[in-house]
Amino acid sequence: MKLSKQEVKHIADLAHLELSELEQELYSGQLNSVLDYIDQLKKVNTLDVEPTAQVTGLENIMAEDEVEECDKQIQEKMIEQFPQRQGDYNRVKRMLRDS
Amino acid sequence: MKLNQLTIKQAYNGLKNRDFTSVELTKACLQRIKEVDNKVKACLTICEKQALDQAAKADVMIIKGEQKFLTGIPYICKDIIVTKNIRTTAASKILDNYFPSFDATVIKKLNQVGAVLIAKSNLDEFAHGASTENSAYGPTHNPWDLERVPGGSSGGSAAAMAADESIFTIGSDTGGSIRHPSSYCGVIGLKPTYGRCSRYGLIAMTSSTDVIGPITKTVEDSAIVLKQIAGSDKFDSTTVERKILDYHKEIKKNINGLKIGIPKEFFPKELDKDVEERLQDAINQFEKLGVKITQISLPHTKYAVPVYYIITPSEISSNLSRFDGIRYGESEVKEQNSKANNLLDVYYQSRGKWLGAETKRRIMLGTYALSAGYYDAYYLQAQKVRTIISNELKQELKKVDAILTPATPHPAFKIGEKKDPLSMYLEDVFMSSASLAGLPAISFPVGFINGLPIGAQIIGKPFDEATILKLAHHYEQASNWRKTKPEL
Repeated sequence: MKLSKQEVKHIADLAHLELSELEQELYSGQLNSVLDYIDQLKKVNTLDVEPTAQVTGLENIMAEDEVEECDKQIQEKMIEQFPQRQGDYNRVKRMLRDS
Repeated sequence: MKLNQLTIKQAYNGLKNRDFTSVELTKACLQRIKEVDNKVKACLTICEKQALDQAAKADVMIIKGEQKFLTGIPYICKDIIVTKNIRTTAASKILDNYFPSFDATVIKKLNQVGAVLIAKSNLDEFAHGASTENSAYGPTHNPWDLERVPGGSSGGSAAAMAADESIFTIGSDTGGSIRHPSSYCGVIGLKPTYGRCSRYGLIAMTSSTDVIGPITKTVEDSAIVLKQIAGSDKFDSTTVERKILDYHKEIKKNINGLKIGIPKEFFPKELDKDVEERLQDAINQFEKLGVKITQISLPHTKYAVPVYYIITPSEISSNLSRFDGIRYGESEVKEQNSKANNLLDVYYQSRGKWLGAETKRRIMLGTYALSAGYYDAYYLQAQKVRTIISNELKQELKKVDAILTPATPHPAFKIGEKKDPLSMYLEDVFMSSASLAGLPAISFPVGFINGLPIGAQIIGKPFDEATILKLAHHYEQASNWRKTKPEL
């Protein structure tokens, strides 16, 4: 067993996921079986092999950093979808927790 | 033949000869959806009003002599591609009420020539899956047997195609999501080369392998759609400037003398005997068509799925962090009696509540693989093995023009049959390699097993979609699988 229920809880915290007790139990079993399967990769000799992050070989594609005016109607539609709106602002809960 | 059953080519000719209008064609498809989609459940959103407006505009274009291949042609798009002012859910409850403020580049390109979007199709939530059972809105049913899955993740698009709910459909493929359901539904699924089509407006899953492509009734239609949606895009810096050919003309060219490689690792002893037989028949058919068949070897194939299931969840854990109840999506903030006291609570609770089980599993797997102490052992090692797999494929593709493999290990399985996540991951066993290497690949029907369609896959060289389309087209012309249709 690689992942205990406690470790699953820790990973869920890193990933900003609230999980129920039942989910923690379920995922620890399932993730362990996937990790066992994935472990076969450790057998592959990768000495001197470069990692692949992308396949096209493109490098440093640049674009001008320009501000474009946004259509007022589109702007309003986007603002309408804020979960909590205050004027044209997106209102969020406070960021600091109680100590 | 009913209008909704037409191919793009047939519909194009009908519109051109004024046999019918785009409005009539669009209505026929919408009518078909009304008749059968309560059984198939391929569509999440039907945009009838927008579709009829667009069709009317297309009819004007046609009268003015501005008709292109896709002018006035109704299509259905996987609901992971954003559509302006049309609900886009990615089959997730967290986007239940998301109305994008822009169109994806492929949608824009299709709109420009007057193609008619009629519906958004079902998928596994955020394209995580190979059966469409992970949709938060319930599974899509395979038109060939309603008790079975259509495959996935573009299961809605493939099922809609098999059920003639539109003239063509659009899907996305990260590790098989166009090709896999196309095999299960008996239709044509093309995954273009990575970088061939813009991903702008495709809700990101695995940015290093995500590709948009067509699912169609014929290979010729696939060629027509590819030409329209291909091309570099300033909004997607991973698109590559490459010549776009007239693929519908390219496919007609001779295939005599072309060389197809058969990798022995894709035909293991355990392979389903019926699948092996259908594939062998297809190989024989290619030989009759003058194609040279040669054995090749891709020894690292067996590592493609484990590599894929590290790289994909890792990219998912990063890409899906934006669904946090603030930037996008349903939010705990809007809930009455919410216990969220601070911003972090909102993130945790919104994600916990509205993301589905498979999405959570993948986010956690990726978070783990990328976390301190495990990064080298999992993610970095996977990226290195990815290099080996890619090089091996590219090396063998120097000796042959294309590679032929089975598309899926068996025909469609029953809904609810696969309960263990790992067994679902193994559905991609023939699919992952081409995705990891960014190569173009096409899945096309090569027969039936107990009344269910089964597909083969042809993988090509980078940006050489023309050759794989050509091979599949000639095979299709020599076979008549398409004449059999599911009864609904």
